Amino acid sequence: MIRDLALQGAQMLFVLGLAPLLTGFVRKVKARLLRRRGPPLLQPYRDLARLLRKEVVLADGASWLFRVIPYIVFAGTWVAASLVPTFGSGLLFSWSADLIAIIALLGSARFFLALAGLDVGTAFGGIGSSREVMIASLAEPAMLMIVFTLALIAGSTQLSTMAAYMVSATVGLRVSLGLALLALIMVAIAENARIPVDNPATHLELTMVHEAMVLEYSGRHLALIDLSSELKLLLYVSVIACLFVPWGIVPPGADAQAIAVGLACYLGKLAAGGVLLAVFETSIAKMRVFRVPAFLGAALMLGLLATLLLFVSGSL
Amino acid sequence: MMTVYALAGVAVLLALAPIALAFAASARATDAVYGVALVTTSALCVIAMASLFERPAVVSTAVLPIGLPWLGAHFRIDALAAFFLVVVNLGGVAASLFALGYGRHEESPQRVLPFYPAYLAAMNLVVMADDAFSFLVAWEFMSLTSWALVIAHHRDAGNIRAGYIYLLMAGFGTFALLLAFGLLAGDNGNYAFDTIRAARPAGGLAALVLILTLIGAGSKAGVVPLHAWLPLAHPAAPSHVSALMSGVMTKVAVYGFVRVVFDLLGAPDWWWSMVVLAVGGVTAVMGVLYALMQHDLKRLLAYHTVENIGIIYIGLGLALAFKAHGMAVAAALALSAALFHVFNHSVFKSLLFFGAGAVLNATGERDMEHLGGLIHRMPQTAFVFLVGCAAISALPPLNGFVSEWLTFQAILLSPQLPSWGLKFLVPAVGALLALSAALAAACFVKAFGVSFLGRARTPQAANAQETDSNSLAAMYFLAALCLVAGVLPGIFIDALAPVTHALVGTSMPHQSGLDWLTVVPIAQSRSSYNGLLVFLFVTLSGSIAAFAIHRLASDRLRRGPAWDCGYPDPSPATQYTASSFAQPIRRVYGTTVFRAREIGEMPPPGSTAPARLTVVLHDLIWDAGYAPIATFIGYAADRLNVLQFLTIRRYLTLVFAALVLLLLVLAIWQ
Repeated sequence: MIRDLALQGAQMLFVLGLAPLLTGFVRKVKARLLRRRGPPLLQPYRDLARLLRKEVVLADGASWLFRVIPYIVFAGTWVAASLVPTFGSGLLFSWSADLIAIIALLGSARFFLALAGLDVGTAFGGIGSSREVMIASLAEPAMLMIVFTLALIAGSTQLSTMAAYMVSATVGLRVSLGLALLALIMVAIAENARIPVDNPATHLELTMVHEAMVLEYSGRHLALIDLSSELKLLLYVSVIACLFVPWGIVPPGADAQAIAVGLACYLGKLAAGGVLLAVFETSIAKMRVFRVPAFLGAALMLGLLATLLLFVSGSL
Repeated sequence: MMTVYALAGVAVLLALAPIALAFAASARATDAVYGVALVTTSALCVIAMASLFERPAVVSTAVLPIGLPWLGAHFRIDALAAFFLVVVNLGGVAASLFALGYGRHEESPQRVLPFYPAYLAAMNLVVMADDAFSFLVAWEFMSLTSWALVIAHHRDAGNIRAGYIYLLMAGFGTFALLLAFGLLAGDNGNYAFDTIRAARPAGGLAALVLILTLIGAGSKAGVVPLHAWLPLAHPAAPSHVSALMSGVMTKVAVYGFVRVVFDLLGAPDWWWSMVVLAVGGVTAVMGVLYALMQHDLKRLLAYHTVENIGIIYIGLGLALAFKAHGMAVAAALALSAALFHVFNHSVFKSLLFFGAGAVLNATGERDMEHLGGLIHRMPQTAFVFLVGCAAISALPPLNGFVSEWLTFQAILLSPQLPSWGLKFLVPAVGALLALSAALAAACFVKAFGVSFLGRARTPQAANAQETDSNSLAAMYFLAALCLVAGVLPGIFIDALAPVTHALVGTSMPHQSGLDWLTVVPIAQSRSSYNGLLVFLFVTLSGSIAAFAIHRLASDRLRRGPAWDCGYPDPSPATQYTASSFAQPIRRVYGTTVFRAREIGEMPPPGSTAPARLTVVLHDLIWDAGYAPIATFIGYAADRLNVLQFLTIRRYLTLVFAALVLLLLVLAIWQ
């Protein structure tokens, strides 16, 4: 029990500590692809530390809710991220929330963040919120259809059970899994506000969504929100890794050596995911906002198709 | 015995109505009526809970010598009725408590006070009725009393029209139910539910009863396309009555459907579930899309009721499908999900209507475009309204999420259904359910964000006052229920066990004894959810983060003007409005569903006239379904008008011709 509790706690701190590194890594790779030197790998940590030390400049019209929301968003995202198996499955509290609940926790975080965009009563905040909920209104059902697909294959909505099933040899290659992977990547890009849906690196541009929503935040509040976005990116890469590249994941009760191997595997998967994301983002242009529904609608249809295939035949 | 006690409570409510009529003009009548209603509904709620939690489950009956002379009036409280009595009276308790504060602002109490207790009594009677005659009389009484409450503010624009359409649709619905019960009673005219239950109609007859019940009960519940009256009538009533109509009366309609289809009809055919599922899926998505296009706060909430009724019908449809194929465990899960959502929706929808009522009282506005910034003026109302918004958007750890999660789990069991039709329909319905859940969250970001956040758009909103303590108490009570049902859903699911046992033959596994109060629908390895742990985790990690940052980093804070990318504008008109917030969604979904068009008018260069943007939306269901019928009836009435101005000779000829015709029909029939 104590060991399990410690492992769960370690996992929470681990994802928290690792999340900025992944973001820094993606930035670095993107910069190298553009033949720039790019910021150092540890720059996101420095940014967070700097923001945490600074004072908060709160807009005059901001309410109490505006000050609470960063903590809600951070808590929801952190809990969701710590329930996803990273290097090892069989987390102590993994049964307390299944994949549907994890998606819903992220949904809660977004709900409150969108409210924050409206709180000060500025035009930019409103535009960000309204576009964010439009994107979410398609991304969330698409994600749920992907969950349906995976749950029907694995016979469970628990991430740990799903991951364990995916490692086993009985899965094989399936059409529905391929469709689900494609849809999941599309949703992950949209959810993390990456190119081509949104651009995490812009300001002062009418096409921005996420950054417009959090424009009024500063200091520690902004640090928490940035950290939440970084956690979310880590969460999505981990979900894809533990479901579609489950090899090397440590089963519960393994010894220290196995854990070390699992850790190395996990870091390797994260690096691969980061490189792929950077290459993808560099090679594609950002879409207009009203092209996004077509992009996400395709993800939704892929998810629905995968689910339908499984309803028709369990072996597809 | 329980039934007799409950009937006594109903009698108190019924007696209260004429007394209220007599004393409505007096200053203390409001307090007295709502106070007595509060006490009586509390007592009824306790009685209902006692019946529901009694193990082994008991059924109590009573027969009163009123109604049809050879039949009497039968009343019965079984597990299903007890559950719905809890829903009805819990809503009644909250609404009465709210009205103790809210009702004081009523301009014409004599138009509300007499009908309010009668309306509560009628809803109780519908749930308790055990024969078709009492059921229909109580049903119609419920419709009429609520109609009287809808037109209480008859001078406000549109309320008379709302009442008229409501009355028409209510009559239409009762008519369909009348036919359904006529078919159920059979040739012998056995109106008691016991005899109907024993008779078990089969084949085409049963299918016809199902369709008629779907129309009759569905029109009261607000199923698309029979929902047209609902978003007009519910907002028109005083807010505590709106809460009862949306939160409770639609559930009484669901009760009618469940009673007939799951209890009286016997074994279902598999294709029935296809009809119910399709209707539920369409209702859920259409309801929320309509809601997104609204900027009247109460009408938005009313359209959301339509959406939630859709979610409930999806659960009921799944339960029917599983029941038809003999999968009792899955049927119990789906039915529990639907009934739990019935409870949850009654709680958070009442809460939200109370919040809208408090806002209406404080500002005199229902239009969100005239609100804004209320969180500064009404912080407590804003907080409880936010809880309601989060609950209805199915956000963990609140209650709306649990019932939707259970519905998703039921959908995941459905590949085992052998029928091909269902294999194709259920995934599509699952996608519709997921879509409606996501859109609901978008809609409530809009509802809360535009009304309560931002800057005040009108002086009324800027000078709003926090609402009174009774109203706040009612809202806090319901908000607490949202949280309790969200973190401890096991208790509520266990309470539903006798209901599902009676209707589908089994119940979900016992939840209360599980470690950490986890919810496990089928088996631990399949899926589990623990609202309590999620709640604790989120609270803990949020508090730890806040504590650590304030201690170790910085807790300094400075107020300054908004940044807004360097272009802040002092006018509150530059904020996002309800319709501009919904614009992206309108553009994505509305262009097909509502044939939405935006017409921009730019003044010519040099002119100082303002530019205008007009949005045109078409309610296709109204245009295609209701408008032609209304046109036809108007046309026919014009043509038949001449019949009113005939001479006595012609009338006599007409009567004679009718008589001959009927005799001829009879002769041919024999």
